[in-house]
Formats: sequence, structure tokens, C-alpha cells
Amino acid sequence: MKYEAVIGLEVHAQLQTNTKIFCRCETRFGEEANTRTCPVCIGMPGVLPMLNKKAVEYIVKTGLATHCTVSPYSRFARKNYFYPDLPKGYQISQYELPVCERGYVEIVVDGKIKRIGLTRIHLEEDAGKNLHQAESGASLVDLNRAGTPLMEIVSEPDIRTAEEASEYLKKLRSILRYIEVSDADMEKGNFRCDANVSIRPVGSTEFGTRAEVKNVNSFKYVQKALEYEIKRQAQILDEGGKVIQETRLFDSSKGVTFSMRSKEEAHDYRYFPEPDLVPIVVAKETVAEIAKTIPELPDAKRDRFVKDYGVPEYDADMLTQSRALAAYFEESVRLSGQPKVVSNWMMGELMRLLNGEGKEIEDCPIRPDRLAGMIKMINDGVISTKIAKTVFEEMYKTGKDAETVVQEQGLVQVSDSGAIEQIIADVIKANPSQAADYKAGKEKLFGFFVGQVMKASKGKANPDLVNQLLKKKLSE
Amino acid sequence: MKITKQEVENVAKLARLELSEQEKEKLMDQLSNILTYVEKMGELDTKGVEPTSHVLDINNVMRDDVPGESLSQERALSNAPDKAAGHYKVPKIIE
Repeated sequence: MKYEAVIGLEVHAQLQTNTKIFCRCETRFGEEANTRTCPVCIGMPGVLPMLNKKAVEYIVKTGLATHCTVSPYSRFARKNYFYPDLPKGYQISQYELPVCERGYVEIVVDGKIKRIGLTRIHLEEDAGKNLHQAESGASLVDLNRAGTPLMEIVSEPDIRTAEEASEYLKKLRSILRYIEVSDADMEKGNFRCDANVSIRPVGSTEFGTRAEVKNVNSFKYVQKALEYEIKRQAQILDEGGKVIQETRLFDSSKGVTFSMRSKEEAHDYRYFPEPDLVPIVVAKETVAEIAKTIPELPDAKRDRFVKDYGVPEYDADMLTQSRALAAYFEESVRLSGQPKVVSNWMMGELMRLLNGEGKEIEDCPIRPDRLAGMIKMINDGVISTKIAKTVFEEMYKTGKDAETVVQEQGLVQVSDSGAIEQIIADVIKANPSQAADYKAGKEKLFGFFVGQVMKASKGKANPDLVNQLLKKKLSE
Repeated sequence: MKITKQEVENVAKLARLELSEQEKEKLMDQLSNILTYVEKMGELDTKGVEPTSHVLDINNVMRDDVPGESLSQERALSNAPDKAAGHYKVPKIIE
């Protein structure tokens, strides 16, 4: 049977505030254990939480950037459960009245734009961290992270493939970074993802039984975990079995998901309105103020790049992944006047070199003015596009500009017809039978001669000139 | 409203309370009485009345995102029944 997957994602993104959501402890990462806590975040009796204004501003900003409706009235709720990393015995979260509802994020799938709906975005506090000691048979708890502000972003079950899930997460991360509310660093745990996955026969409109996959902490793993889970469920159904609703964890070393054992009793969180915090009322004027702080977002930038610079949608999507990358592109275009050429160099050589070292555009040793300088040398016929690749790599390695590299390495393009004619004469002399065949009508051999000439000139001969002179010489 | 023994057991489990048979019986009675009393409010006509979550008529009590002082590790852990290496030490939570 042919199945399709139905996937909904829950993302927890840490907000980049200076302090925790309900107290003034700092949120810095990597501090000594239990040195960033106070009576509020470790749940001492008699304390009162007080909401961080910045957290509200950030979630409203996120809601606006993802086309959500910002609720004029929302409130917090207590989610009750016991776990050692949760000092109060409840998590302050939101339940029936979240700050943002009903938005969407656009992704590009097979060259087409697809909307992934957002059900809601709400605020909540993070828990502490548990360390498991194998030898002593005990667990250790660090509460520095307890009370760190999180946004939970819940998608509609609009995602159909593991690849779409990965695209959605990338776009969401990109938006959060554009509006500077979260660094969305998955490796640091600042952007965590749980996936609800079910499958159904293609064409069916009913949902199958879903499994929740937790513990997926990199983009690569999200895709792997989902692919595995979809295959697992398909196999169960094909064998006439039934998928059970359960929570599963992803084991990245084996590439499989496994059941968290169903000893967890059916969850009963007994949510109720948080009596210690008063409601949040977001006025229209506040929303308008915050809207003003939103920069041009990836989708708008992508569309503008396509329209104004004539670059393909796929390229535009890639080039707008981060603000820095987009800025690099626009600056290089401004200096060189050649959007398509800039795009090709960035999508090709530049990305290849950066990815090879795991670097971001911010660390790129070739700045836009240098790239524009090199493009100018190609236009002026000083170097060929082929030689430019060598020049570019050298520029990247040494941090020198194109002119210096070309001079030092003697890579100037040969546009002297006399010199090229000499090379052509040598090549024809060295390949008499091919020359005879060509003259007898085997025109395919022209390419062979171009190749030989370019090789003899070590790639430095001006290709246009080679074509022109070779044609003349061979027809003599 | 009548509370069953099973409901008492379930609530006790969620609250991590261990109850004797005698206590369960007693709580069944007490909880039933409390709920019956509260049920009286159901007699009121609440059509068109917004549900109340807070009795105070205030909202948006917030603070600026400015760091304050935290407790020292020693003070933070001073009430902990057990500790190790700057952490709260608890019974093992996963196998």
C-alpha cells in the first residue's frame, strides 16, 4: 500500500533575553551549576513571579513575522507534573489563551511555495537539567536553566515529508534569527523539536494513529528520525498491525526511534489558570510599535531578489537564509552590477569553501568588494572564468585581492593573438591526423582542438580568441 | 457530587500521596462534600459572564529585562537533603 505521512512539529525556541522569564537571574549558557538561581526559579514558598517585558515583546514580534493573530488578552496556566528538574511541581505555561494563534510559514518544495500553518505560539518557562550518574546510581540536578523563557511554536499537521519538515525548521530558524528573538542554535539546545507523525493511505483524508518523536537535536537527525518513523509505521500497517499512540525517542547513533516504554500513565497535567500572574493585554498600539521593528523577512527578500535581480527562486531562497548572506549578495551586486554572476559565485565556489570549513558568511575572508573586483577582471578579459576559480580559491586561502593573486601567480589571460596563433600552430602540427579528419568534415573534433590549446596555454588563453583563431586556422 | 474510590486513588497517585484504605474512605466522603458544596454555584445564571481567572482588575504587571542578583551555589543548595558536585542529588530517574 502507498502511504503518505502527516507530520506536525512542536518547536521550543529559547528567547535571547538577558534574564529569565519570571525572575532576574541571568540566562547565560555554560555557567557553573546552580549559580544562576533565586528563590523564584527554584520554587521557594511565598515568592511571586514577575513577567519579563522583553519576552512578551519577542513573542509578539514572532507572531507578526509568522502571520499570526496576536491575542489582545492572554494568560498563563499551570501544567502540573513531577520531575526533579521542575522545582515547583508545575511548569508555568499557557493553555487556552496563548499570545499568538493561526499563522503560517512558507517553504519552497520542488520549486513551489507551500504554506505550513501554525496553530499557536505560547510562552513558557524551561526546566532545569538532569545529569545521570551511572556509577553512583543517582541523578544530579542543575537549575540554572529553570525559568529560561521559551516559545513553543506548534505547527498544523500540514507537513507531508521528512524533507518538508527540515525545510520548515530551517525557515523558522531563519525567521527567528532575522527578527533577533532567538539564536535558534539547535546544537546548544536553544531550538528543540518534537514531531507528531502518523501515516495514512494516499488519498485518505482521515488521520492515522500518531507517535510523538522526541529528543531530535539537529536538522540532519530530524530528517533521519522522521524517515525512520514513517518507514516503521508503514511496515506495521503492511503486516496488518496497528500503530500505537506513544512517545518515542530518537537514537542518533543507531538511526532508529524506540518506545519510551508505556509506563507513563496517561498524561493528566490538570492545567488551571496561574493565580500568581495577572493577564497579558497587548494593545493595538503596542502591536503597531513592535511591527515597526520587524526588518524585511526572508520570504519578502526572496521575492524581491527574484523580481529585482532576476535570480532563480531556489537561489534566492538560499541567498536569503540569513541576513548576513543576503547583505553580502546585495553589496556585491551593488559593486559589480552583475547579480547573476554574483549569485553563481556565491552558490557555487563560496558556499563550497565555507561549508568545507563549517564557516558562516560572516567569517568569509573574501569580502564583497574583493568578489566584485574579481568579477571585473573577468569582464575586462584579464582572466578567464576558468582561471577565476583558481584565483578565487587563492583569494579565500590568502585573503589577498584578485589583482595581487593574478600578478603573483602569473594567471593573466593571454589575449595576444600572436601568442595564441603560435600555440594553435603547434597543436595542429602535433595532431596531423585529427586535423586532416576535421578538414574532411568531422567537425566534432573542433572541441578536441579547443581543449588541446587551452591545455597547452595552462588555461590562460582567452577562450573567445581561441575559438575565433582556431576556426580560421583549421579552415586554411 | 459523589467521588469514587478510584478517583481518590487516581488523584492521590498524581499527587504522589500514599493513602491507607481508611484514609481513602474518609477522603471520598470529604471530597464529595466539598464538591457538592461548590456545585451550588452551578445554580447561578452565568450567561454572558466572562469566566474569571483573577479577582484583581489589573493586568500587564511586568519588569524590565535587567539582571539582578542570584543566590550563591552554597545558599541555593543549603536546603537540599542531598547534594554532590554543586548539584542537587536525587534518586536515579532513568535506567
